[in-house]
Amino acid sequence: MTVKYTREHEWIRIEGDTATVGITFYAQEQLGDVVFVELPDPDTSADQGSEVAVVESVKAASDIYAPVTGTIIESNEELSDRPELVNEDPENDGWFFKMQLSDPTELDDLLDEADYQAFIQEEL
Amino acid sequence: MTALHSLTLESFHQSIGAKFAPFAGYRMPIQYPLGVKGEHLHTRDAVGLFDVSHMGQLLIQGPASTEALERLVPAALQEMTPGQIRYSQLTLDTGGILDDLMLTRWDTDIWGLVVNGACKHADMAHFKAHLPDAVNMTYIDDHALIAIQGPQARQALSRIIPEAQDLLFMRSLKTSWKGCDITLSCCGYTGEDGYEVSIANDQARDFAEALTDLDETTWVGLGARNSLRLETGLCLYGNDLTPDTTPIEADLLWSIQKRRRTEGGFLGAETILKQINEGAPRKRVGLAPMDGRTPLRDHTVLKNAAGDVVGEITSGGFGPTHNGPVSMGYVTQKLSTLGTELIAEVRGKALACTVCDPIFVQQRYRRSL
Repeated sequence: MTVKYTREHEWIRIEGDTATVGITFYAQEQLGDVVFVELPDPDTSADQGSEVAVVESVKAASDIYAPVTGTIIESNEELSDRPELVNEDPENDGWFFKMQLSDPTELDDLLDEADYQAFIQEEL
Repeated sequence: MTALHSLTLESFHQSIGAKFAPFAGYRMPIQYPLGVKGEHLHTRDAVGLFDVSHMGQLLIQGPASTEALERLVPAALQEMTPGQIRYSQLTLDTGGILDDLMLTRWDTDIWGLVVNGACKHADMAHFKAHLPDAVNMTYIDDHALIAIQGPQARQALSRIIPEAQDLLFMRSLKTSWKGCDITLSCCGYTGEDGYEVSIANDQARDFAEALTDLDETTWVGLGARNSLRLETGLCLYGNDLTPDTTPIEADLLWSIQKRRRTEGGFLGAETILKQINEGAPRKRVGLAPMDGRTPLRDHTVLKNAAGDVVGEITSGGFGPTHNGPVSMGYVTQKLSTLGTELIAEVRGKALACTVCDPIFVQQRYRRSL
């Protein structure tokens, strides 16, 4: 199992040819209290970098991008009733969707944990 | 781009962990460590403290200044008693709104005004252009303005300013705190009971610390100030009120007293009185998504069933006390009836919504003891 990160503050946990996607602890901290999540429908395909979900906090709406190309296989329905899970447990129970990967080589473009930590230090 | 101004209390806000963002030309506290939602809920439950020193405090005085001001605002000023506050708008000759403001009558021809921070320089130019030479305008830029808002504001503030105890909504008085002259006004923009205190810059830090020491209080940034006013149906200048909206379209007829509705005599009266009598082409309303969940944000386009554009959300977001989406916007008069179903275009998708009362959370002003 590998976890990678995007510069848009998503994490992607890869298990075989499927992956779970959510937003990072840092991202939820920047967003503030999450009040609404719009999730993608299963069986829709998504290109790397395309807008697939929306997370709304008390402050604003932010797009969530597909970290890699693939097909959405499941959305975290729990977030419809409990959007606060994104704040409480962003990197586990607060996951957004699962994908079937089309091209695993795209993962090479993403950041590993150390690179991501260095990246957010630069942003701060 | 000119440099941002700093609030007198900037270092104080920094010391308690504020995050800042530019607003109205100032570096403003947008939130504190408690966060927007926590600050909002604390204000509804106890007391929120707000530094609103970016707002413009003006003093207007001189012979016949009351009559002169009445030519610029649709509120009836001549009937007001000393210490009374009224909410009004600076109107344009088109009937549009240059700014909205609070006016306090101190004496026959002495007026204290509080105008929006983002508009204050334009407002001052407007006053200079329209007030007679004998009427004098002073910009009070050496005073901070602190709002103390919430259901426990009265009990909390009374411990350090006893005059707060019996001061009713839209009344103001001059008193002192630790020997320093202050203006204490019972008003605000959260929909709650509360006050605004004007105090000299050099006393502001001591006062801020004294307020912080009160058990009921927490500091609240502009983020929660926005959700608090939005939930209680209060307009934000620049979003809900603009040079292209009239007070009648904005559903602010209540702020135009009877005499002015018939006499007119203010900028834009021709348009505004005509709209009072014949109706306005569009009206400010509340809007709620039928799914009960999706926030309808600023600039969301509203359509009718046929797909024609019939309005726009001017302020929208999530209301922590309402615990759901809260929005206001303008729709054509015909579609402004409560319960009318419309389509909101959210990220390219059609979302059903209904016209509702823009007051999602009841205002709780203290109008009697």
